Amino acid sequence: MGSAIQNRILIGLEIHTQLTSLKTKLFCSCSSDYRGKDPNMLVCPVCFGIPGALPVLNKKAVEFAVMAAIALNCKISKRMFFFRKNYYYPDMPKNFQISQYDRAGGVPLAVDGFLHIDVKRKRKKIRISRVHLEEDPGRLVHLGPIDQSPYTLVDYNRAGIALLEVVTDPDLNSPKEARIFLQKLRSILEHLEIFDGGLEGAMRCDANISIAGGTRVEVKNISSFKEVERALSFEIMRQKDLVEKGLAVERETRHWDETRRITLTLRTKEEEHDYRYFPELDLVPIVITNDFIEGVKDQMPELPEARIQRFITTYNIPQYNAEVLVSDKALADFFERCVKLYNKPKEIGNWMMSDLLRYLYENNLELPESKITPEHLVEMIRLIDDGVISGKIGKKVLPEIILTGRLPMQIIEEEGLVKVTSRETLEKIVDRVFAENPKAVEDALTDEKTVHFLVGQLMKETKGKADPQLANQIIRERLEIIKAKGRP
Amino acid sequence: MPKLNELTAKETVEKIHKKEATAEECVLSVFERIHRLDDKVHAFVTLAEEEALRKAREIDEKVSKGKPLGRLAGVPVAVKDNICTKEIRTTCSSRMLEFFVPPYDADVIEKIKMEDAVIVGKTNMDEFAMGSSTETSYFGTTHNPWDLSRVPGGSSGGSAAAIVVDESILAFGSDTGGSIRCPASYCSVVGIKPTYGLVSRYGLIAYANSLEQIGPMARNVYDCALFLSVIAGYDPKDSTSVKIEPKDYTKFLRNDVTGFKIGLPTEFFGEGTSESIKKQVWRAIHKLEELGASCEETSLPTLEYALATYYIVAMSEASSNLARYDGLRYGYRIDRDDADWSTVYSKNRQTGFGAEVRRRIILGTYALSAGYYDKYYLKALKIRTLIRKDFEQAFKKFDVLIGPTMPIPPFKIGEKIQDPLALYMCDVDTVSANLAGLPAISIPCGFADDLPIGMQILAPPLREDLLLQVSYAFEQNTTYKDRKPSLK
Amino acid sequence: MKRRHLSKKEVEHIAWLAHIELSKEEKELFIEQFNDILDYFKKIDKVDTEEVQPTYHVLDLMNVYREDKASPSLPIEEALKNAPKKEKKFLKAPRIV
Repeated sequence: MGSAIQNRILIGLEIHTQLTSLKTKLFCSCSSDYRGKDPNMLVCPVCFGIPGALPVLNKKAVEFAVMAAIALNCKISKRMFFFRKNYYYPDMPKNFQISQYDRAGGVPLAVDGFLHIDVKRKRKKIRISRVHLEEDPGRLVHLGPIDQSPYTLVDYNRAGIALLEVVTDPDLNSPKEARIFLQKLRSILEHLEIFDGGLEGAMRCDANISIAGGTRVEVKNISSFKEVERALSFEIMRQKDLVEKGLAVERETRHWDETRRITLTLRTKEEEHDYRYFPELDLVPIVITNDFIEGVKDQMPELPEARIQRFITTYNIPQYNAEVLVSDKALADFFERCVKLYNKPKEIGNWMMSDLLRYLYENNLELPESKITPEHLVEMIRLIDDGVISGKIGKKVLPEIILTGRLPMQIIEEEGLVKVTSRETLEKIVDRVFAENPKAVEDALTDEKTVHFLVGQLMKETKGKADPQLANQIIRERLEIIKAKGRP
Repeated sequence: MPKLNELTAKETVEKIHKKEATAEECVLSVFERIHRLDDKVHAFVTLAEEEALRKAREIDEKVSKGKPLGRLAGVPVAVKDNICTKEIRTTCSSRMLEFFVPPYDADVIEKIKMEDAVIVGKTNMDEFAMGSSTETSYFGTTHNPWDLSRVPGGSSGGSAAAIVVDESILAFGSDTGGSIRCPASYCSVVGIKPTYGLVSRYGLIAYANSLEQIGPMARNVYDCALFLSVIAGYDPKDSTSVKIEPKDYTKFLRNDVTGFKIGLPTEFFGEGTSESIKKQVWRAIHKLEELGASCEETSLPTLEYALATYYIVAMSEASSNLARYDGLRYGYRIDRDDADWSTVYSKNRQTGFGAEVRRRIILGTYALSAGYYDKYYLKALKIRTLIRKDFEQAFKKFDVLIGPTMPIPPFKIGEKIQDPLALYMCDVDTVSANLAGLPAISIPCGFADDLPIGMQILAPPLREDLLLQVSYAFEQNTTYKDRKPSLK
Repeated sequence: MKRRHLSKKEVEHIAWLAHIELSKEEKELFIEQFNDILDYFKKIDKVDTEEVQPTYHVLDLMNVYREDKASPSLPIEEALKNAPKKEKKFLKAPRIV
């Protein structure tokens, strides 16, 4: 992608984040723990849209939203109310969504924030136009692709879950920046302990994309954080293709089809919704006082930027490492728990940055999805430091730990990976190696390179378990003896 | 001696306490009346005879075991069919909800059950409470017991008719723009529209949620006060519920209006008001003067705009409140598997809703749609402010305001139903109380050509006590409540 | 002559927004009735509301909350008992596209 064009790509995101730390839904007392449950098990008259039921706002949701707004450098509205966003769709139990609105006398919970992201080591400010609370719709299950399903199955367990909507200005200029922004946002919300991005579908987004000052197209249904780069890249390619063919990009709303990895027309400009926003009068206004904000601030945990600084100063690890670790709260927490168990931050950091992250990345895993715990990693590093295994064996053992969750010592013992440190054992093996390689032994007396060959043979015989220092020492001793004795 | 179904609620409770009658006998007497008469009146949509008898026997068992009894022990209550009753079909007199059985009880139903009331059945109404004549019911119109060729008023027409012919002792109504007071006036019973927020709306199937309240209907003021005492009070399930201590409204029933300052808004006696009604209401006013009140004409100029304002607000809210009826979770569904969701929804709503409901939804949709919001909905809400201010001014000077409940006497069935606007005009005097959230009562104040006339009294917010005191004094010094329709 | 506030095309669009199908005859009838009603609504245009705040709520309530404490949901058979069409524990909606 040429940078000239890249600069003319404008992307704005509308991110919907479930406040997963809440125990209940936004407007009713149904449990929010809906994942893996049978359909329609977690519904009540309120979230199922049964006639006559009325919403009552979850206080904690407002606290969490205010907390997020503070972390996103927003101005928090002093007085606001909820609006109804009216449109029909089978995932909507009431055919309106209780949301917030910035017109018709409405104000969102917070406005005018920003977040810095680092792109190629350069700091970039992404403006956040608004942050507000709204309810999640239910879940539709299609039989195969959406356009081929003969009917639709509906599950309202998710309906009414509290969503935090974060809307950016079109300040992002590439799919990669969009991903970095999402990662940063996720890390912040996770540090606030209001969100767990590891949960399926907990962060979803819609994107507005235009290229070269052209028409804006909205892409909906980007259902995860991992999909965003893919969906945006496809859409940019599609738009460029049209432009190159001399065709116009239509103003429309498109749907990201995750399985086919394409965007499809959802509705054209003519079919755009008229949401008929108006106040939700079953709820009363929310007034956010300074006391309320101060109370929230008092409860606020450490934010990522502060944590990066603390990692650098307290643990003396490189800034880059600190940034990578803190970019994912699970990683940063893992790191700190390791350090607590074994005060070797540098080694722990290095193992995490290199082998652990590489393995997770290559296997498309998130840390919490793997079986490794801080206890595992610390035990492994200790075994190396204590000379029980070599670093090389460590690299071999780590994937095994991640995959199976077995303890390092167990793996080492069961697979016989303990470093051979017994002089007696090694001497016997050296005897065998010397007997099998008379020519090499003769050369080794004069040629240093062949000494290395002999050591290599020894390591081969022991499957890498021989204590390399001791092995070297024994071989050299033997050669000295031979030298002293003259030819064997 | 009066039959058990002709007793007041107060008398019923006393008789059951004194073991002069059993709850079962009371309930049986009511059902005997219903079975004999309701073919003519058609007050009920659904009877709950089995449940009622079961409940009556429970109460009788309590009596025999000497357990404490509730304040409405053994009193038959008819419930308007837009109030959710668990396990009893709740239709809103709509084909849309013909087979809808709520999985929960409205808050007011829980409250009366706690007080040992017995639910007799569900009463007929205008479909989704949209009307002033009970003619828009899918199940056929209710007939005015004073003249079966005339309407009973609406939308709580079934409730008013049921109690005036002794098919029940108490009845629930709901009032969005006069739906309790209009049929109370047309059937010669007492009905209160409480202050907005005094009675929980949880379980009231919404028509226009910022305007409506559930309220008590009874044959006399005392019963109405008793009934209100039971159903009023804070409900955490309704965010618009006012947090006040429960009151015993029967304590305010004093036969004394000495020193009361009564305002007579000229707008309530406007040109559309029939002479016979004006005459009778003036007689009632003179009666109050005789009893020691001082009455004075006054003007609330913005009341002229109340009717248009009301309809714009009500229709707008209705368009959103009734969006949930799509045939997916409950309600009418056409048997078409070949069509897409949007087509099926549109057909369900075409067939499931009657003409008046569809008219109001479509007009309400228009009033909220892009480009018209400010012109209609927002403008109406501003006039609502002016109307409130007019009332605030008036109540600085007067304790209560009085006028006719209805501008014209009960009209013939079919007379106005073809002309929606003409029917809307009937609500001209009642809607302002809903716009301003004020309490209002309609009490019988005479007859013209053997048709009942009702007097409306309005008070400041939460001053139901004033309404009741004036009404009680008037009732104690007149005989209108003793006159009965001559249906056998 | 009465002003036509709503054309046939507009009525069709609004009915579409409201997801209500209208028969040909009813469309004609409704257009007439709507125009009558809107004509009546015109009377509010006269009111000067320049400086007036809208009344959303007649109440002065604010900050009505509930605690984040879970309580039991409906039993599934209760939740689904009114659904015209279902499949296993799902509601069955018509196809999307």
